[in-house]
Amino acid sequence: MLIKKSPDIPSSEITPKETYLNRRKFMAGAAIAGAAVVFGKYVGNLGEPGETVHAATKLNVSGKSQFSTSEKPTPLKDITNYNNFYEFSTDKYEPAKLSQSLQTRPWTVEVSGEVKQKKSFDIDSLLSKFPQEERIYRHRCVEGWSMVIPWVGFSLAEFLKQVDPNGKAKYVKFTTKYDPKQMPGQRYGVLEWPYVEGLRIDEAMNPLAILATGIYGDELPKQDGAPIRLVVPWKYGFKSIKSIVKIELVTSQPQTTWNAAAPNEYGFYSNVNPNVDHPRWSQKKERRIGEFLKRDTLMFNGYGDQVASLYTGMDLKKNF
Amino acid sequence: MALANRQIRLLKVAVFLLCLGPLFTLTWKALHDIPATSSIPFIAAGVDRWSLGANPIEVITRSTGKWTLVFLLLTLSVTPARKLLSQPWLIRFRRMLGLFAFFYGFLHFMTYIWLDKFFDVHEMIIDIQKRKFITVGFTAFVLMIPLAITSTSGWIRRLGGQRWHRLHQLIYVSAVCGVIHFLWLVKADLRRPIYYGTVLAVLLLYRLALWIVPRLGQKSALKNSYAQD
Repeated sequence: MLIKKSPDIPSSEITPKETYLNRRKFMAGAAIAGAAVVFGKYVGNLGEPGETVHAATKLNVSGKSQFSTSEKPTPLKDITNYNNFYEFSTDKYEPAKLSQSLQTRPWTVEVSGEVKQKKSFDIDSLLSKFPQEERIYRHRCVEGWSMVIPWVGFSLAEFLKQVDPNGKAKYVKFTTKYDPKQMPGQRYGVLEWPYVEGLRIDEAMNPLAILATGIYGDELPKQDGAPIRLVVPWKYGFKSIKSIVKIELVTSQPQTTWNAAAPNEYGFYSNVNPNVDHPRWSQKKERRIGEFLKRDTLMFNGYGDQVASLYTGMDLKKNF
Repeated sequence: MALANRQIRLLKVAVFLLCLGPLFTLTWKALHDIPATSSIPFIAAGVDRWSLGANPIEVITRSTGKWTLVFLLLTLSVTPARKLLSQPWLIRFRRMLGLFAFFYGFLHFMTYIWLDKFFDVHEMIIDIQKRKFITVGFTAFVLMIPLAITSTSGWIRRLGGQRWHRLHQLIYVSAVCGVIHFLWLVKADLRRPIYYGTVLAVLLLYRLALWIVPRLGQKSALKNSYAQD
C-alpha cells in the first residue's frame, strides 16, 4: 500500500543529472580560473582529473524494480556530500574528500562460514555475474534525517543462493575493509574496527535486501561505500554496511559495531520504528534532506508490507 | 600596556563586529549555496565552508551551539587573563562576551523550538522531561537569562556588588551544563566535547585555586602561630 508503482522511466533519466554536471563543470572551470590566480599552490592539484563525478563509470543497469518508490530522489550532490562514514571521519562533510584515497580495484569479497564451499568474488565478476537493477529506496538515518536514493545493485538472496549456505547458517555477518592507511578514521578508536553488521538469515533473504554497487546509474561514489555495500531500507542506515570485504554465514547472532558501542541505543535489529525512541531523541519524525518541514517516520520506513511478517510475535520494543 | 578610554572604545567596536562573525558567516552561507564540486580541492574545501550543505538546519543548530560554548569559555577566560597578564582593562570586555554567549544561546534555542520542533510545545515538554541532553541544555540556557537581564550597570547598583557577583557565579553552572549537553548528544566521537570540557575545567580550577590558596595560607599561618606558642 505504501509502495507506489514505479515510474516508467528510470530516475537516471528523469533526474536532470546532466544539467547538474554541466553546471558543475562550469563552476569548476570558473573556480580553476579564479583559484589559479589567487591560490597558485593549488594549481598542480587542479590539473588532475577529479574522481568523484567525472571518473564515475556507468553501470550496465538491466531493469527497474517493483520495489522502487516513485518519490523524488535526493540530488546527487547531497547523497555524495552528506555521509556518515566513520572510517574516514565522524564529520558528515569530510568523507566526500577523505574517501577519495580508497582503492576500490582490485577488490575481493570473501564468503565463508556455514557454506558448502568457501568462495571469493572479484568485484568486477560480481558486476557482470548478477543483473544490476535500479532500486529507488527511502533511506532513514538513526539520527533523524532521510533521503531517497536511486541505488543500483542486485538481490542479496540471489547472491546467497550462489554460495549455498548449509543448514547451520542462521545469521549473515558483514565486515567492512580495515586499512587505517586508506581509511584515516580507523586510526581513532571511536568505534571498534573493522565495522561489522549482521542480519538474520531470513532478513537477508528478503527481496528488499540488496548489495548495492551504484547510485544514479553510475558506480558507487567512494563516500557512499564503494565498491559494494549492503542496503536494507527498512532498517536504520547504519545497518547498511559499506565497502564490504567479508560475508560470513554464522550460527549465532554476530556482535555488531554500533550495538557494541552503545547496546541500549542501537539494537541488533534496528528496524525503523517511530514508536521506539532512541534513548536520547525521538524517532517519530524525520527531516527529508531538501525539505524544510519534518515528516512523519513510517513503520519499517514504509516497507511493512514486505518485511513486517519477519517479526511476527516479536516484541519490537525489546528487540529494537 | 594601559589603554586610553578612546582606544578601548575603538577596540570594543572591533570586538563587537568580530563577535558577529559567526552569525554573518551563517547568513552568508545560507544565501550562497555553492554547488558541490568535490573533485576540485579548492572548491571541495569550500563545499562545507561556503554553503550550509545538505542539512542546513543541522548546521545552524550545531554552529550556534558551538559558538554559545565558545563565548561562555571566552567570558570565563577574561578574569584569569586579566589577572595573569596584569591587564585590568580586559574586564571591560567581559559583559560584551557574556551577552554574546547569551545571544548565540538564544539563537540556538530558537533554532530548536522553531526549525526543529516547529513550536510544538507538547513535543518540547516531552523532550525537556525525557531527554537528558535537552534537559541539561535547557538548564544552561535558562540560567543565562537572569545574567543577561542583570548585566547592566543599573542592575549591578540595584543588587549591590556582592549579591550581583554571587548571582553571576551561575555562569559556572551554565557552562558545565553546556559542556554536558554537548557530551550527551554526540553518538560516539567524544573528542570535541572533551576538548571543551578540558578548557572549562582549567578555567574553573583556576578559580578553585584562587579560592583555596589564601585559605590554606591562613590555616598554616594559624598553625605557625600555635607552634610558636
